[in-house]
Amino acid sequence: MNKNSKGLQRAMTAPFTVWMAIFIIIPIALVLFYAFTDANGSFTFSNILSIWEYRSTYIVSIELAFVATVICLLLAYPLAYSISRMKARHQQTMVLLVMLPMWMNFLIRTYAWMTILEDTGLINTLVKGFLSLFGYEFEGFAMINTNGAIILGMVYNFLPYMILPIYTVLTKIDHSVIEAARDLGANGLHVFTKVLLPQSVPGIISGITMVFVPAVSTFIISKLLGGGMTYLIGDIIENYFLGNTGEVNYNVGAALSLVLMVLILISMGIMNRFDKDAETSGGGLF
Amino acid sequence: MKKFMSLIICLSVFFSAFTIVASAEEEIVLNVYNWGEYIEQSTIDMFEEKYPYIDVNYTTFDSNESMYSKIVSGAASYDIVIPSEYMVSKLIQEEMLAELDYSNIPNYKYIGEAYKNLSSDPENKYSVPYFWGTVVVIYNSAHVDEADVADKSLSLLWNEKYADKILMFDNPRDSFGIALTKLGYSMNSDTDSQWQEAAKLLSEQKPIVQAYVMDAIFDKMESGEAWIAPYYAGDALVIQETNPDIQFYMPTEGTNMFVDSMCILNTTEHQKEAELFINFMCDPKIAAMNAETVGYATPNTEALNLLDPEITENELIYPDEEYLKNNTEVFINLPQKTQMLQSTLWTDLKIISAEEGAETAAIDWIDAFCIVTIAAGGITAVYFFIRNTKRKKLWKQ
Repeated sequence: MNKNSKGLQRAMTAPFTVWMAIFIIIPIALVLFYAFTDANGSFTFSNILSIWEYRSTYIVSIELAFVATVICLLLAYPLAYSISRMKARHQQTMVLLVMLPMWMNFLIRTYAWMTILEDTGLINTLVKGFLSLFGYEFEGFAMINTNGAIILGMVYNFLPYMILPIYTVLTKIDHSVIEAARDLGANGLHVFTKVLLPQSVPGIISGITMVFVPAVSTFIISKLLGGGMTYLIGDIIENYFLGNTGEVNYNVGAALSLVLMVLILISMGIMNRFDKDAETSGGGLF
Repeated sequence: MKKFMSLIICLSVFFSAFTIVASAEEEIVLNVYNWGEYIEQSTIDMFEEKYPYIDVNYTTFDSNESMYSKIVSGAASYDIVIPSEYMVSKLIQEEMLAELDYSNIPNYKYIGEAYKNLSSDPENKYSVPYFWGTVVVIYNSAHVDEADVADKSLSLLWNEKYADKILMFDNPRDSFGIALTKLGYSMNSDTDSQWQEAAKLLSEQKPIVQAYVMDAIFDKMESGEAWIAPYYAGDALVIQETNPDIQFYMPTEGTNMFVDSMCILNTTEHQKEAELFINFMCDPKIAAMNAETVGYATPNTEALNLLDPEITENELIYPDEEYLKNNTEVFINLPQKTQMLQSTLWTDLKIISAEEGAETAAIDWIDAFCIVTIAAGGITAVYFFIRNTKRKKLWKQ
């Protein structure tokens, strides 16, 4: 019986194992191979060393992704909390509303922001029109093609990935625990720091990972909302693979993405140290 | 039961899309890969009507480089590609094109002599010219002073008066071409120092550039979002139809002339059908229809006679031969060493902006954004705090 169920278990995981081997392990092996070889296929470190040239781009990418992640966290936590305290019916509606934008294509959403933020776009036209009623001449906000626009694009596109895991952990917290804390004389701040926050760490961590990782490697947001004025590391990787600059070089491209992967792994490792006690409760999405 | 039914409906919606495609399986599918907004769609329908067994699968690219990487990666197979001349010569050098059988393309005789024997394909073995055109400077006459454009110079693109209203190509070949021409060098220069100088010129321009874009130049100029940009003459004419403020001129320093040609990749399995397509596109009537929509200059001499003289006499589309001879240059494939340099210089240009340009432009409104978010958080915290103290008071009472 026991043996049988083990065999069954293996059989059930087989499809995913095969999937993982083909679509995860082999591609990563290919990235490693390209990163450490030159155009002729012989071993070299020069690709990895050439990364030093792009250090400022790495810094800018990490900086923007970091700011976007912090803003996402600040926006998502109160929202996730208030959703988790609603009636079950309203909770469903709210979660649906959070997910709703994700039903639309990512590119279309980002293009829409272009027309909202442009100098002749929605916001500027409205504000200018409103102020001109009172006789003010207003130059308009310079929003599109700035780093702020890139951050906004990241926040807008990745916010649901922050809200959902935090919401999931918060719904799991029994309300009577909070009541008990209150009974024992804890004020709001204490309840938050001593009860809510420690229990929601797993959700926060998976939220941070799910926002930071796509944000740090994005290239289309910086192209559309940043107007090609700021290069993120994703743009450079894209250029090396697509040859937009006239040079197709899979090797340097692979080295760049390898370094990015390693950086992400390191930061995830550091973050998971904060998550030691709460391993069992899970973030819902990881 | 209800669930089962809805599942069936869902699945049928998904699969009906596939079955429509599948029913056309017996036909020969001809994959045509062309620039965006570069054909009169009805000519494809007419071709399919004439040859009912051929189904044209038409897709588009937005730069020669992206087309090249797509066909090299093998991600998709195409039969016909329509790149510019320097990419044609690159494809010939790398032995990716099939030699054409001109007995299947009798309409080739209509192609003007000036567009044959191009440096890209000196023996006319691989390519049939499709359209040609030039890069012009377009500007919005409602915002740009006449005095600033009087000398028809490229320096309009460097005019600080129009900071943040200038667009530039997000493509090193075109952007460096403009900078090199402004400096008085050849766009096909292989002298490193000239490229360095051009890079310096571009980095000086960087702070006043609104955005580096390709096809988006069309929308941004049309809506008035930007006022000055280099662009392809044919598209400029199309923008003018919807926004009459748009004007354009041929820069006196000179400009790039391009000839986009139809080629067949040697991986094709339908060379004969591909040649039928090329022949069909060279038919004077079809070429004229095409030229009318696309707005670029046709190399088809017979089609020229069929076009409205208003178009053929427009000097911006069909510039006089004197200008063409003295002031325009065709891109040729750069030597490997120069291509690498171009790639490095272009990336450096983009990175430098990230460090210096961005801070001045963005900092104020990033700050505003952060302050608003933090303020919202603070207000929520204060609200909860007040509510709690109130409750506590009630509790005590």
